[in-house]
Amino acid sequence: MRSRGWLRSGAWAVAAFVLLVALWELAKLVLPADGVTVGGTRVLPRTDDAAMPHVWTVLARLGAPEVAGAADPRSVGAAIASGALFTLGLALGGLVLGGIAGVLLALLMQRFAVAEKAVLPYVIASQTVPLIAIAPLVVGWGGKIAIAGWAWEPWASVMVISSYLAFFPISVGMLRGLTSPRKADVEMFRSLAAGWWTTLLRLRLPASVPHVVPAVRLAAAAAVVGAIVAEISTGTRGGIGRLIIEYAQSATGDPSQMYAAILGAAVLGLVAAGAVGLLELGLRRYRGSVA
Amino acid sequence: MSAPVEGTTAATAAPAATAAGGVGAVAGPGRRFRGASVVIAPVVFGIAVLVVWQLVVTVGGLPAFLLPAPTAIAAQIGAQLPVILETAAVTGGNALVGLVLGFVLGVLLAILAAGVRVVSDLLTPVVLAASAIPIVALAPVFTTMFGSTTEIPRRLVVMVVVVVPVYVSTARGLRQVRPVHDELMVALAATRRQYTRFVRLPGAIPYVMTGLRLAAPAAVIAAIVAEYFGGLQNGLGSRISSAAANTAYARAWAFVAASIVLGLLFFLAGLLAERLVTRNRPGGGS
Amino acid sequence: MSTEATAETNGTHGTQAVELQGVDKSFGSVRALSGVDLTVGAGEFVSLIGPSGCGKSTLLRVVADLEEPTTGTVAVTGLTARQARLAQRYGIAFQQAGLLDWRTVAENVELPLQVHGVGKAERRRRAVELLELVGLAEFAGSRPAELSGGMQQRVAIARALAPSPRLLLMDEPFGALDEMTRERMQAELLRIAGETGAAVLFVTHSIPEAVVLSDRVVVMSPRPGRITEIVSGRRPPVAGDDLVPDAVEDVRETGAFFEAVTAVREALRKGAATEGHAG
Repeated sequence: MRSRGWLRSGAWAVAAFVLLVALWELAKLVLPADGVTVGGTRVLPRTDDAAMPHVWTVLARLGAPEVAGAADPRSVGAAIASGALFTLGLALGGLVLGGIAGVLLALLMQRFAVAEKAVLPYVIASQTVPLIAIAPLVVGWGGKIAIAGWAWEPWASVMVISSYLAFFPISVGMLRGLTSPRKADVEMFRSLAAGWWTTLLRLRLPASVPHVVPAVRLAAAAAVVGAIVAEISTGTRGGIGRLIIEYAQSATGDPSQMYAAILGAAVLGLVAAGAVGLLELGLRRYRGSVA
Repeated sequence: MSAPVEGTTAATAAPAATAAGGVGAVAGPGRRFRGASVVIAPVVFGIAVLVVWQLVVTVGGLPAFLLPAPTAIAAQIGAQLPVILETAAVTGGNALVGLVLGFVLGVLLAILAAGVRVVSDLLTPVVLAASAIPIVALAPVFTTMFGSTTEIPRRLVVMVVVVVPVYVSTARGLRQVRPVHDELMVALAATRRQYTRFVRLPGAIPYVMTGLRLAAPAAVIAAIVAEYFGGLQNGLGSRISSAAANTAYARAWAFVAASIVLGLLFFLAGLLAERLVTRNRPGGGS
Repeated sequence: MSTEATAETNGTHGTQAVELQGVDKSFGSVRALSGVDLTVGAGEFVSLIGPSGCGKSTLLRVVADLEEPTTGTVAVTGLTARQARLAQRYGIAFQQAGLLDWRTVAENVELPLQVHGVGKAERRRRAVELLELVGLAEFAGSRPAELSGGMQQRVAIARALAPSPRLLLMDEPFGALDEMTRERMQAELLRIAGETGAAVLFVTHSIPEAVVLSDRVVVMSPRPGRITEIVSGRRPPVAGDDLVPDAVEDVRETGAFFEAVTAVREALRKGAATEGHAG
């Protein structure tokens, strides 16, 4: 039953993406090459090869050398893969840093009601305001400060921004989880004379899993977006975000290389989501631990 | 007796429910607080942070590139006010257009998916994938397709960003018919259309509004970030990056502050819309 | 059986409200109902009682055409169950009131009429009439959320009565109410049943409730779900409006009431014993 369900949704997913590709090609075939303009505004896109390359052109591009005629030709695919891995590493680092900070803040807020009252409104508000806007500002740190003899590297800025975005969902989700046990359960622990630590380990943490897992999923997606945007605004080399911009600027006549890089970014996001899915699978026994 | 029915509903609802539940759980307005400390504690905390910030910068000699003093930022807000308002209007306009387009599209797609099984089977994986990939990275694609001299690429990015939570939330609402209402409509021999009109659509409205509330601030964020990917340079995002590139940090922070105000405005508008529409209902959306 | 006699005591003639013959219902390998024969006369009040899993709710749902029987025939007011549902020959109330939150109380009562294309003015007139019947006239414009559990259940009953059905199906409608509210609702229901002359098929867990409401109490037992015994209930005679609460109170203190309660309890115990032997 279960494996058939998986197969079925897998088949539908494949069908959906095949359909998307078909739509793309159909648009190229049917729509006018220069798009459709109504009253000076283009309402339908340009569909020539300079705007919408064939899907196979984009895929073929993965095998082509990145810089034509270079002495040590690296294929576009290899460049994108290494860029995506670099960004994934930064996003993961950001997720871990932000996750630790978020969990600590949540514990603080759970332990001290005053902390919750003072900080929580800001934490919630911060989720709704464009914090990512500060990305270009953290860039300024590169090469200018040193902490305990370690010079601040641009990639560290990327990781900080990424962790900043991952931090908020996790702190809020964790706080929700920690305060989610029913009153009766908390009172049962109190009647057993269990201390704060015991209650935390045996009740609050297991009960928080169903709240934390979706928070981690959000945080992982935010960390990836944060890393990509930060790379773009910091100009950090080596990551997929920078690659997208570089390819976009270098090839105005042939965007297939840029499209390949964007495809790489999408795969990166899916890989991150898949990793969270695995985590979820591992923690499945705690799913039903809250009513 | 209704166990099998309930079971299937729960199973089909599960993926979207966790997705939307996650968004809702994290971004919801939280529990209700009582008493004066609700206002006093955050205000005191906020002022304390500002004072410490000011002291650290002026007394501690923190370099401006790390963090300019609040007073310096305030001065820049005053000096740049006309530019701030102008650029905020551009970014806010893009966010608003994208939000409206994405909202309408998301709701329509969800209704279509609720009525036609094949549509739902095809859309669900696409939307799930869209919620995982960095959608803002699509900005260069839209710029290439529509040209870099119009607002359309950024509005499209916002639209795609908005469609995801609105679709997920609406689809969830359309699925969450209480078994007792289901049975009632069968017992009343209601047609499929009547079932949709009397039970399904009205029942989904709180969820639709929750989707809007979640999408509203996301629209602003998307509009700002999309500007980092090129295209027209007339919004808040491009001002932040150009000020930062010119080492005018206090000015950059002034535009950041404007972005925050714009984001809060959208959030509050979304929250207000949600409260207004669902004020007569207990419970409802997440 | 005693069906004819009870139908006569209620003074209504004509087709039986419900006639079940040899009804079986299986969910996979589970036999929820086995060989059920039951007749509910016009205007008769019949309760179904038994432990969880005895199929009493399934039986009600078969009559409502929410489930199809595996074998056997079902007639509701002389029609097949499906015809009866489409013709709105019965009204139904569940354990949850199941009101639509976004409609006013009156609009909820109007729902069955709206579904069947009755005009707005006529709907409104009927809703006012029904809300008066259940004593909630002044709440017509309120939202369900503003009402107590008992009041919501009364709205649900008014809604069930909207198409003027000859049969009322009730699946533990008072199960979620507190004891005091429950007793008031029982008296209310008896009055409504008396005034409308509708037959009632009533599922309950409560022995005193079954006895005080019913002409006949149908005792069921599980695995497979079947009728083991039918006991006469102590439904009080109905005259004017105000007499009923007292009449119900009086019944609860009679020896005959306690005898009937004991008889039902014995029947339930016997059912459990035979199940023990069978299993």
